[in-house]
Amino acid sequence: MSIISVRDIHTQFDEKVVHKGLNLDINEGEIYGLLGPSGCGKTTLLREIVMLQEFTQGNITILDKSLNNISKVDAQSLRREWGVLFQAGALFSSLSIEENIALPLVEYTDLSLGMINEIVKFKINLVGLKSADGKLYPSQISGGMKKKAGLARALSMDPKLLFLDEPTSGLDPISAREFDALILKLRDILGLTVVMVSHDLRSIYDTLDRVAIIDEMKIAYEGTLGDVKTSSSDFVQTFFK
Amino acid sequence: MASNLTYNLQGDKLSIKFSGELTLYTIATLQKQLETISFNKVNLIALDLHELIYLDTAAAIFLVKLEEEYSTKSKKTTILCFNEKILSTLELVKMQRTITNLQTQINNTKGLFLKNSVRKINEFFHSFLLFMEFFGRVFMTQVDYLKSLHNIRFKEIAFELNESAIKALGIVALTSFLIGLVVAYQSAYQLKLYGANIFIVDMLGISILRELAPLITAIVIAGRSGSAFTAQIGAMKITQELDAMKTMGFDPFAFLVMPRIIALMIAMPLLIFIADIMGVFGGMIVSHIDLGISYELFLDRFREVVDVKHFFIGIIKGPFFAFLIASIGIYRGLIVKNDTQSIGLNTTKSVVESIFAVIVCDTLFSIVLTNLGI
Repeated sequence: MSIISVRDIHTQFDEKVVHKGLNLDINEGEIYGLLGPSGCGKTTLLREIVMLQEFTQGNITILDKSLNNISKVDAQSLRREWGVLFQAGALFSSLSIEENIALPLVEYTDLSLGMINEIVKFKINLVGLKSADGKLYPSQISGGMKKKAGLARALSMDPKLLFLDEPTSGLDPISAREFDALILKLRDILGLTVVMVSHDLRSIYDTLDRVAIIDEMKIAYEGTLGDVKTSSSDFVQTFFK
Repeated sequence: MASNLTYNLQGDKLSIKFSGELTLYTIATLQKQLETISFNKVNLIALDLHELIYLDTAAAIFLVKLEEEYSTKSKKTTILCFNEKILSTLELVKMQRTITNLQTQINNTKGLFLKNSVRKINEFFHSFLLFMEFFGRVFMTQVDYLKSLHNIRFKEIAFELNESAIKALGIVALTSFLIGLVVAYQSAYQLKLYGANIFIVDMLGISILRELAPLITAIVIAGRSGSAFTAQIGAMKITQELDAMKTMGFDPFAFLVMPRIIALMIAMPLLIFIADIMGVFGGMIVSHIDLGISYELFLDRFREVVDVKHFFIGIIKGPFFAFLIASIGIYRGLIVKNDTQSIGLNTTKSVVESIFAVIVCDTLFSIVLTNLGI
């Protein structure tokens, strides 16, 4: 069943055309990758899906809600259905890791402080951080830990959908493999649908179920990695050679 | 190994011979040597590169330019060389130069001035629209705030109050005290000449309560809080914290913008009140020392001649100034682009623009209130 469907998306910044009619479908429970050369608009598409940016033309439907003329209430409820991990974590620098993870819980739920603390501890351990790390501030931790903490925050409301923007970029190979394993584990435990932008070939082969390759403003290929070489796109031919 | 240049002139034929390694380190000296040659009678120039061992691209550009320069002086120029490598370097440079020349020609199309001005106007109009959009969203958030007490972020407002009011108290008090002192000191000298000592009370009372205290406070706050707002929010934008907030469903306008605006609008009148007290106090001290007006006399006279309306006019200006400072500071923070220079630029602009806006607003107040006879 398709959980996100992107139909005929056009995007244009001033005179620069980024997307020229993109179509893709993301099914429930899969790990879906958006690939393509730098500057092809992968991150832009991701930002459009999570309503950070508007597209010029077309339609995106997420969990049966169309993003065109979406009401404020619907938009808010959609935002609670997903978690987003940004490239550099984007943790709130004025809050500690624990407070970062607790923030959505404090704002959106009536849970007691004790309960929230329990949840926060669980999420911290789930992503492979130590409980003691929770007291630290974003400026005091490494890039890899920021990504893990960002993931914990993205997961704090138990979302159905998880968006990852280059989750393994800037990580050392060992942490990157750990991160991949973590994503796979989380998908199996929590039944998440994961959409990620990635450049990391190992991570692509290890984690992704299906991919969409954006090249020259269009989808050059959509489907499983097994058949990817059937695509005639130059990018695919060099990237997956 | 350095390079050498020898030349010999035979009739109208000049042969310039380069030898050794011709690189970017040596072309400057060669240039000087070449300038000493007189070309008056020369019609044919040969650049002889037979003894050149090595030529780098900078020197190649130098040679190609030399050839062009001589050609334009209508002297027939030839390059003599057999070395494949050197010839290919020269060829590469020539090719690149023709490409760049073509590109610059395309760029130098006519009507550039008009095009640029239209773009500038368009950009200006666009940024004006963005600012209006910002105001619209501030207003809509305000409506949301009014719908239910529950929507108001009291915690954030209290935090900002502490940041922009309580922590600014010292500097505002000191500045206005000094301003009171200075104004009193300068006018005391003038008033003494006429023996109109007691009128210092009227003068100080009205000028400080009505104009100086609000303006000084606004300027200090614009420099202090306005710049802080821009820098804080700009940095949050660069680290994608704003994006993160949006995807989590936290409206930055409710969480960051409104608390700051409201806090500053509450803080400003209070700060102006403090500035009033300190300014008048500064004036009082000078009147006592310089003009021999006792504190009791000063206060008595103050009550008599300074209408309470002057005080209220000063206080009323507070929220208006605060709104301008906060909204300009925050707006500048929100339009920071994804580079670090942008923060500095926008912070500077936010301070300058908010001080300017405050002064314009004060002028409007002056004109309107005076015409209304208040």
